[in-house]
Amino acid sequence: MAKPRVALFITCLADQFFPQVGESVVKILRRLDVEVTFNPEQTCCGQPAFNTGYRDEARSVARKVLDLFDDADYVVAPSGSCTAMVRVFYPELFQDAPALLRKSQDLQKRFFEFSEFLVKVLKVEDLGARFAHRVTYHDSCHLLRELGVDEAPRQLLRKVQGIDLVEMQDYKLCCGFGGTFSVKFPEVSVPMGQDKIRAATETGAEYLVAADGGCLMHLAGLIHRQGLGLKTIHLAEILAAQEK
Amino acid sequence: MIRWTDDPMTEFTDVHSNEIHKAGSETIGNARLAEAYRSSTLRLFTHRLNAIGEVPGFERLRDAGREVKRHTIENLDYYLAQFADNVERNGGKMHWASTAAEVCRIVVDIVQRSAAREVVKAKSMVGEEVELNRALEAEGIRALETDLGEFIIQLAGDRPAHIVAPAIHMTREDVSELFVEHLKAERTVVPEELTAIARRALRDMFQKAGVGVTGANFAVAETGTVVTIENEGNIRMCTTLPRVHIALIGIEKLIPRLADLGIFLRLLGRSGTGQKLTTYTSLLTGPRRPGEDGPEEMHVVMVDNGRTKSLADPTMREMLYCIRCGACLNVCPVYRKIGGHAYGWVYSGPIGALVTPEFLGIGQARELPFASSLCGACREVCPVKINIPDLLLHLRSEAQEHAPKPSESLLPERLMFRLWAWGMRRPFLYALGSRFARWGQILLARKGWIRKIPMYPASQWTVGRDFPALAPQTFRDRWKKLGSK
Repeated sequence: MAKPRVALFITCLADQFFPQVGESVVKILRRLDVEVTFNPEQTCCGQPAFNTGYRDEARSVARKVLDLFDDADYVVAPSGSCTAMVRVFYPELFQDAPALLRKSQDLQKRFFEFSEFLVKVLKVEDLGARFAHRVTYHDSCHLLRELGVDEAPRQLLRKVQGIDLVEMQDYKLCCGFGGTFSVKFPEVSVPMGQDKIRAATETGAEYLVAADGGCLMHLAGLIHRQGLGLKTIHLAEILAAQEK
Repeated sequence: MIRWTDDPMTEFTDVHSNEIHKAGSETIGNARLAEAYRSSTLRLFTHRLNAIGEVPGFERLRDAGREVKRHTIENLDYYLAQFADNVERNGGKMHWASTAAEVCRIVVDIVQRSAAREVVKAKSMVGEEVELNRALEAEGIRALETDLGEFIIQLAGDRPAHIVAPAIHMTREDVSELFVEHLKAERTVVPEELTAIARRALRDMFQKAGVGVTGANFAVAETGTVVTIENEGNIRMCTTLPRVHIALIGIEKLIPRLADLGIFLRLLGRSGTGQKLTTYTSLLTGPRRPGEDGPEEMHVVMVDNGRTKSLADPTMREMLYCIRCGACLNVCPVYRKIGGHAYGWVYSGPIGALVTPEFLGIGQARELPFASSLCGACREVCPVKINIPDLLLHLRSEAQEHAPKPSESLLPERLMFRLWAWGMRRPFLYALGSRFARWGQILLARKGWIRKIPMYPASQWTVGRDFPALAPQTFRDRWKKLGSK
């Protein structure tokens, strides 16, 4: 079988704030003998506009995404949220435009979040990573409830050498990021995040790990503001780690 | 206060849904209130989890419930006519009300014709919605709420803070205070004693009242039966003791057959309070027959009040499947924080964020669809699987289209997103923008973090969080090295 061609959809958030997440994804996929491509024409999936109720603006950005990955067998994104946008909400956005709807349905079949791609498509769990720390995994809501992925990230983490994976109280509870909710309702978003950080801290974990840059940016910002010791990290970074 | 108009939709002036930010902050800042919401929602949430765990195939039950509701709503005209025919055949009287004002006028007329001066009321969200108590009081008719929670709310001059637990926000100390003040009761915080005080006050009214007003949990089309479920027995008192019974029913409460009821009784009790069944389930089919108990007259008021507008909308129609169990409130992290009153009208939580803008018009409640992190926990517990986050997203676009918020910055939000989309469609502008932003942040960032951003909406982020500085290099820049490997 020929090497699968996987196009990376980096997501605008990881591109701008967490480029190391993208490097980790590339490193892992190459180790698994996958051909990774990156189309520099990509920007954002359009979710911020869609989430805020500006559907025309979201559509105009999403249309561009539909044309970016024609030659890829799969598209992989290190984000449950952006993946949900493409897989769940693109078909809704284009429901009245048959040609674009067909394109979005084709993309839908090939588009995967990183952890689910590893476990469900490549069928690997052990990536030979080593990360000797106590970590707790935060289920990001779009990954959990729009894509129904809850076990894959945990399966991958359990195979990491030296890791101590613990569950926090109410691990399914939203962290309060919610896209533009975070700036429209900061009075609610902030205390929701504080609850999450408290739950993570109570486990004695050194790292709070998640598979979505949005949650991580929100939680890290809260932790830094409060001067707490808890660290945040993206799942891909742990899976790429080879520390001694 | 209700201002009656001739518009097809009643204009409510006592709606504060767009002040949700202020009201929500007040709950969050009030330690006692915040704790009441936290502990009560957690209790109901846990009860539900335990109760559904006992039922094998609860998922299939949810699917069945959803399918019955979908079918009924899609064929509502047929079932409404069938229900109405059967109510009249059973000796009941049908009334049709398209607005809150009409509901009130119909009820006032019936009460006045019966020459009653006192009305006992069972808990009814439709009754709250149309503000029936005010209308009755304006005509000199005394209306007493007989559900314990509603009774407390009425004494406090308050609104329900939860769909099934109206006084969820009050502690027993609060209730004790109220009873001392309004009922001249002795001070006690023992729940049984508080209940006994309420019972004495209610018993007297049950004996005097000439009319009982209730809502309905379900209305069975094939038999013309009104179904009520409860735990206190007060609804049964309201429907048997007074000479006249009036049931207020939203048109979405219909189910086709008596055989369908079993699905919903199991779904509703377990989803709402975690009970297998509520203590009382009453099936009311017409007024008393010779030799039987019950009221001499039974009136059924079918209420539209905005519902047919949602019915006409193929997307929002799904909202009408709701059986008002309150499970979405208990699980919602936003409701848990801001509480029921913050939603500014009678319905709260995720379902309230759909119902309120739909019933009152988007302008009156344009902020509600945004009061959600779209986490989807509500959809996960909904007994009829209403896709609440998706409907909230739909209403968000309605809000931006028809009721844009006054701008909070020099650049209106829509224009901001237009520019954003324009840039995002052009990779070279995106790349140029990221260059500029990296120069710009030199002034703001210290050690990789930004403490305060002066511009809206980022300023809203730094209210309680630090903002990470942009990485020195974007991924696309790093790819130039990575890619060549």
